[in-house]
Amino acid sequence: MSAETAQNARGSGGASLFSDQRFRSLFFQALVIGLLGAFLVFIVYNTAHNIEKRGIQTGFAFLDAAAGYDIAISPFMEYTATHTHGRVFLVGLFNTLLVSFLGIIAATFLGVFLGVLRLSPNWLVSRIVYCYVEFTRNVPLLLQILLWYAIFLALPAVKQSITMFNDIIILNKRGLIVPEPLPGDGFMLVPVALVLALFASIFFARWAKKTQAATGKIYPVFMTNTAMIIGLPLLAFAVTGFPLDFAYAELKGFNFKGGVVIKPEFTALWFALSLYTAAFISETVRAGIQSVSHGQTEASEALGLRPSWTMRLIILPQALRVIIPPMTSQYLNLTKNSSLAVAIGYPDIVQSFGGVTLNQTGQAIEVIFITMLVYLTISLLISGFMNWYNNRVSLVER
Amino acid sequence: MSNASTNTSKKTDEVAIQLNGVHKWYGQFHVLKNINLNVQRGERIVICGPSGSGKSTLIRCINRLEEHQQGDIIVDNIELTGNLKNIDAIRREVGMCFQHFNLFPHLSVLENCTLAPIWVRKMPKKEAEEIAMHYLERVKIPDQAAKFPGQLSGGQQQRVAIARSLCMNPRIMLFDEPTSALDPEMIAEVLDTMIELAETGMTMLCVTHEMGFARKVADRVIFMDGGEIIEQNEPEEFFNNPQSERTQKFLSQILAH
Amino acid sequence: MSVTEQQYAPGEHPDLPPPLGEAGLIAWFKKRLFSSVGNTILTLVAVFFLYHVLSAIIFWTLTGATFTGETKADCDLGGACWLVIGDRFHQFMYGLYPTDQYWRPNLTFILMVVAIVPVLFDNIPHRGKFLLFSAIFPFIAFYLLSGGWGLETVDTDEWGGLLLTLVLGVTGIVASLPIGIVLALGRRSNMPIVRTLCVCFIEFIRGVPLITILFMASNMLPLFLPEGVNFDKLLRALIGVALFSSAYMAEVIRGGLQAIPKGQYEGADAMGLSYWQSMRLIILPQALRIVIPGIVNTFIGLYKDTTLVSIIGLFDLIGIGLVAVADVKWRGLAPETYAFIALLFFISCFAMSRYSLWLENKLHTGHKR
Repeated sequence: MSAETAQNARGSGGASLFSDQRFRSLFFQALVIGLLGAFLVFIVYNTAHNIEKRGIQTGFAFLDAAAGYDIAISPFMEYTATHTHGRVFLVGLFNTLLVSFLGIIAATFLGVFLGVLRLSPNWLVSRIVYCYVEFTRNVPLLLQILLWYAIFLALPAVKQSITMFNDIIILNKRGLIVPEPLPGDGFMLVPVALVLALFASIFFARWAKKTQAATGKIYPVFMTNTAMIIGLPLLAFAVTGFPLDFAYAELKGFNFKGGVVIKPEFTALWFALSLYTAAFISETVRAGIQSVSHGQTEASEALGLRPSWTMRLIILPQALRVIIPPMTSQYLNLTKNSSLAVAIGYPDIVQSFGGVTLNQTGQAIEVIFITMLVYLTISLLISGFMNWYNNRVSLVER
Repeated sequence: MSNASTNTSKKTDEVAIQLNGVHKWYGQFHVLKNINLNVQRGERIVICGPSGSGKSTLIRCINRLEEHQQGDIIVDNIELTGNLKNIDAIRREVGMCFQHFNLFPHLSVLENCTLAPIWVRKMPKKEAEEIAMHYLERVKIPDQAAKFPGQLSGGQQQRVAIARSLCMNPRIMLFDEPTSALDPEMIAEVLDTMIELAETGMTMLCVTHEMGFARKVADRVIFMDGGEIIEQNEPEEFFNNPQSERTQKFLSQILAH
Repeated sequence: MSVTEQQYAPGEHPDLPPPLGEAGLIAWFKKRLFSSVGNTILTLVAVFFLYHVLSAIIFWTLTGATFTGETKADCDLGGACWLVIGDRFHQFMYGLYPTDQYWRPNLTFILMVVAIVPVLFDNIPHRGKFLLFSAIFPFIAFYLLSGGWGLETVDTDEWGGLLLTLVLGVTGIVASLPIGIVLALGRRSNMPIVRTLCVCFIEFIRGVPLITILFMASNMLPLFLPEGVNFDKLLRALIGVALFSSAYMAEVIRGGLQAIPKGQYEGADAMGLSYWQSMRLIILPQALRIVIPGIVNTFIGLYKDTTLVSIIGLFDLIGIGLVAVADVKWRGLAPETYAFIALLFFISCFAMSRYSLWLENKLHTGHKR
């Protein structure tokens, strides 16, 4: 307080105004704003001029105009060349979300599996995983996507398709063809049974916890619930008399008819993204588990807890705190990396909307703005989730 | 000066721990050399020696945190081998306190104490909590039960660790330098707890340099150096009339200030 | 235990070698590979897997591969056809750089090594003088590669292959460090406007994929410029890469700034240093030192990410690879081409990550002491 008055006194006492800290800060910020404003004016002026000169349209009217090009993969909505650019945006967005979602699931399972193997006391297994991780991490993802795509394209042509399981699954350079499931009457019971099983297992877990608290008896919750979640739908399926038919693909003329075709663009992108991210996730998992000090394991063992309980009750709860934040940023990276779809022509948002639509309409500013907005939104949602989770975990902690 | 009068030995003739010709190597390094030791039930033993002498390794072998490679270790008439059942059985009977407490930071003090009774002894939660509160009262921190380890002082944490071990109702307690990570003013509160525990007749093996504690409660003081037991004796005799040159040197260093 | 233990006087027991099978190679095998039934099965599965994978790789890359010949027809051994690499090796290295000027990229490369070594290792003699050279190296490299003043001018369109990848990587790191430092300081500044601007910029860049930034640089940048001013493709890509990496660099450096104890800031203030003096003399030298491993890791990411410029039509390693794959003469040799490029990247990135690890350990021990 006294220092401040002293400084003010000196400031008003005739010394340069510039030595006043607050004034200097204000001045500097004004300068930054001024420079930024000038820069923006410069850009906006140039852009307006250039757009006018090149005859580029502005505004978002193009979203309602017919796109006029085909998109090979649109699993969630009908799309033909006569649909609008707005529709292209949606198709692209869903394709981005589809490959990201499936990629995240595959990468998580594989990554956790590899991370655990990496910590295996078996030297050979741990070394193999180490080599895999190092090799995958140190080669650009784009190259891996291209490599997988080349491998899928190098598969035999339609006539020489690889068939597996008695022609049920067909693999050729046009993609992987699997039978299309045709659910019959009563099939609805299977998902109903699954939902029931999920509720039942939640209930059982709670009941088991309560019973343990009351009587001390320990039930095999994990095994029981797994059996229930797998078994109940199977049971429902059997009781209703297996009401599921498949439309098998058949070779007609030059191509297969029927069945579901999974395009090599999707498979290559999905493989590459999952395998690449799994390598990073496995390192995250390994680091997380190793971050729990050995003393914790020793203390737990000295108390007589079995290794599996030590893992579940002591190590995992502590490791998860360390693992979750980097894991979320890996998910974010995977989603952003899915934009490399453009290199092999998987119609995600960057390839279809940000690529073809941009080139057709020439409205770079609008298209790129919308595309970036999509990724920014996803980023904000995921980091919002992460903050929420971190807060929750740290609340449990303290 | 003599504190021997307070030393009310509860030593019995029953053998609690028996080590016969135990050897251990870390790689090529010979850490434990031909250790022979019998511990009577109710006996309180203090193990001292310079760092790297193998004293921590010795007590960590007793509950199989370390594996010995030669010789026999028999705890409570159960022989320690690779047999997991035997290891489980022994760990249930043997409690341990560590230099760095090793409390579980994600669990509250009460949960730290009830964890093992619930999962290992299959005790109802309420009963486990009652027992935990009983022992937390004995180590004089029942009011901290709902807190997390990170919120406690070092001395309090070590007392929680002692309570946590006691909740398993062990017949033997191992202490691995329980006070050496503590500030001086906290050492006393932990030692008091240990003295009280000793008075209940618990079989105790303590690795510690607290010589006052040794004089007060130990039935026997063991001096280790270079992986061997150099000398063992009753505390009075051990401190006043050390036999070997190495013991004398060690004692003069440790009692110099 | 029937062997009677030889008795020694207390304190006289010699160090004995561990019993057979308890230490050394046998114990290692027993412990790490065959400690239990499960572990043994795991080992056998791993050996089986390794045998098949390795033999397939060795067959494809070496024993079944073709190294000499003229056309694809010469490749009839069943493995890889490396002829395509040999045929286009110069392109992989230099792109379309004029053949008679190859000495210029070669010289640049040698100078680059001279410039980088003093940056990486702090124990070489006369480091200061070498660092001075490192500072002016980018200008020398630019002159050597693009020409003018007595050298034949080479258009950036003709740069390609490994040369272009290195140009992108080195420019990216050289440009992103100062921008990153400014952004990191801005984000920790107590001037609200400056702070907000920096946060927005950093979070925006980190929230979108690099490819959209490159699209922006190649499609929108020309619109932003006054009429008649034209940036070539490479410069536009470089601007995109620099913006992208500086945001990530800023976060790495901010981590370093946060790790500096408050006492250092207070100490600098107490000595009467101005903000910039205290940053330059006290805080930044320490902060940057801590984050060198992080910077190297960011650089590895950046170096791998430069491959994205092939999507906007530059001929870096992957761009050249795509051309090679599209060549009718070598049709169907994509796996060979990509494997070769992957090897180049793996060697450099792995070396860098090892370096970063080594540094981290060094810093760690330095801290402990």
